[in-house]
Amino acid sequence: MPGVFVFAETTDGTPTPVALELLTKARSLGPTTAIALGPGAAKAADALARHGARKVYVHEDAAFRDILASPAVDLLAKQVGKDQPDLIIFGMTYDGRDVAARLSARLGTALIANATDIVKRDGGWAVTSPMFGGSLLVTTVPKAKAPTLVLLRPKAVAAEPAEDASAPQVETLSDPVDSSKPVARVLRREKEKASGPKLEEAAVIVSGGRGLGAPENFKMLDELAAELGAAVGASRAVVDAGWKPYAFQIGQTGKTVKPTVYIALGISGAMQHTVGMKGAKTIIAINKDPEAPIFKLADLGVVGDVHKIVPQLIQEVRSRKGK
Amino acid sequence: MNVLVCVKQIPDPNAPGKLDPQTKRLVREGVDLVLDPGDEHGVEAGLQLVEKDGGEVTIISMGPPKALEAIRRALAMGAHRGILITDPALQNSDAISTARAIAAAIKGQNYELIICGTESTDGSSGAVPAQLAELLGLPLLSFAKKLEVGDGKAVIDRQTDDGYDVVEAPLPALVTVTGGINEARYPALRGIMQAKNKEVRQVGLKDIGLEGQAGMAALTQEVIEATPAEPRKAGEVIDDKGEGAKRVADFLKALKVI
Repeated sequence: MPGVFVFAETTDGTPTPVALELLTKARSLGPTTAIALGPGAAKAADALARHGARKVYVHEDAAFRDILASPAVDLLAKQVGKDQPDLIIFGMTYDGRDVAARLSARLGTALIANATDIVKRDGGWAVTSPMFGGSLLVTTVPKAKAPTLVLLRPKAVAAEPAEDASAPQVETLSDPVDSSKPVARVLRREKEKASGPKLEEAAVIVSGGRGLGAPENFKMLDELAAELGAAVGASRAVVDAGWKPYAFQIGQTGKTVKPTVYIALGISGAMQHTVGMKGAKTIIAINKDPEAPIFKLADLGVVGDVHKIVPQLIQEVRSRKGK
Repeated sequence: MNVLVCVKQIPDPNAPGKLDPQTKRLVREGVDLVLDPGDEHGVEAGLQLVEKDGGEVTIISMGPPKALEAIRRALAMGAHRGILITDPALQNSDAISTARAIAAAIKGQNYELIICGTESTDGSSGAVPAQLAELLGLPLLSFAKKLEVGDGKAVIDRQTDDGYDVVEAPLPALVTVTGGINEARYPALRGIMQAKNKEVRQVGLKDIGLEGQAGMAALTQEVIEATPAEPRKAGEVIDDKGEGAKRVADFLKALKVI
């Protein structure tokens, strides 16, 4: 029976939303084992099982939280040797990418990145990934020995509890972490994100681009977002220019979001950006350039000056909410 | 300190990319090829380190012979010399083959740090740097938006979903840099002239001992289909004549956002 491993990232014992998405996909492909690492990982086992993990490997050593990639790669390589899974699914996250790529080099196996879907085909796997900002979908098949490693994009799959979920078979691992190798160690963690809903979870996103002209003009976005209960995002141009921290970036090299409503202000709609937001249910765009590619995606586009329209819009929203 | 910077030549990202319908690979003919803009930040980061502490920046790239132009661009920015891995058998290499070739080509090089972009702008799998780190047994400091080197170690601010982590590793190490790390310099005319005389060593698979072990001979995966994605339908586009904000508010009301 082919087995599927899921690298299930957790934070203080809570599975990340991506981990549950991966399990939802994995359980449709074969009996699924989740690997949860770091302090508190055991607490995540129940939630992982509810989303389809039949077995959960847990290792609670602090090294998995404090050292980048290497301890996880060592452990995964060992479990792969033992269980011989056919497929390992990782989230296309900062840690997922590092761990998957190092593991693929260690094992000499296929690594297929940026995936949005995985299906069984001809006794193997076929993986779909978008290219060129999502204008093209390519299907990739592995040519190397098992396991095939796949990095699945966040939000590619909606997380759903499994109907036939059962209590997990939890196996606590205690292999000592190799401390002889030079490693990258986390010294401290800094949070930058402002208040309001998280970008990945927000139903409404107000996002700004270079067209805003100056960093201080993001203030009106904050104001609009506060009125709408929205999260604030930004394009890569704005982040590269240092107007907003990277945590705000939406797009290929930033976050992928799927809100109900996405309001793009002064964003031209380069592919690098649209790949991260075109899954939004409804897109509203305001931009002064009528040729801006964002208008090809927008359900409602307004050709005009964001500096004029946004303050007016804030007033409109306020007055309507007052009614 | 000596720094190796990995770069890639890619089709101009401002022109829409195309796949060859037969080979399902990026079309490189008839399109402008440029040094990946993401890699310019890596070159800049390397230059800043050696300008401060001395040493040399070596550029390494893999690609067809004309990828030399991307290396020349990095040399024009101020890098000292280049290595181009080029071999017909390397055509259509996947990430792991690329990582193996780079690892083999830099064997014997003297370096304390390897810098890569987090991912190429065209392929964007972002796998090569971590694979290279694994093959070389180096610690990987990934997604750096700030880099400091001293006392035999490198410290970065590593991008996270809600801020950054400060991460440290002993040298030698491999660092991947995001676009936020610096403003890449523009080559000056003098740099462009000097670049023409800087050494670029070209090596093939035989030279690096990988004959029959990289490129097509060692593919781990194959693209079997490429289909245009269903485009999102455009809606209504209006010209703002003073009513724009009202129309957006109406729309938000209809969507029950307000």
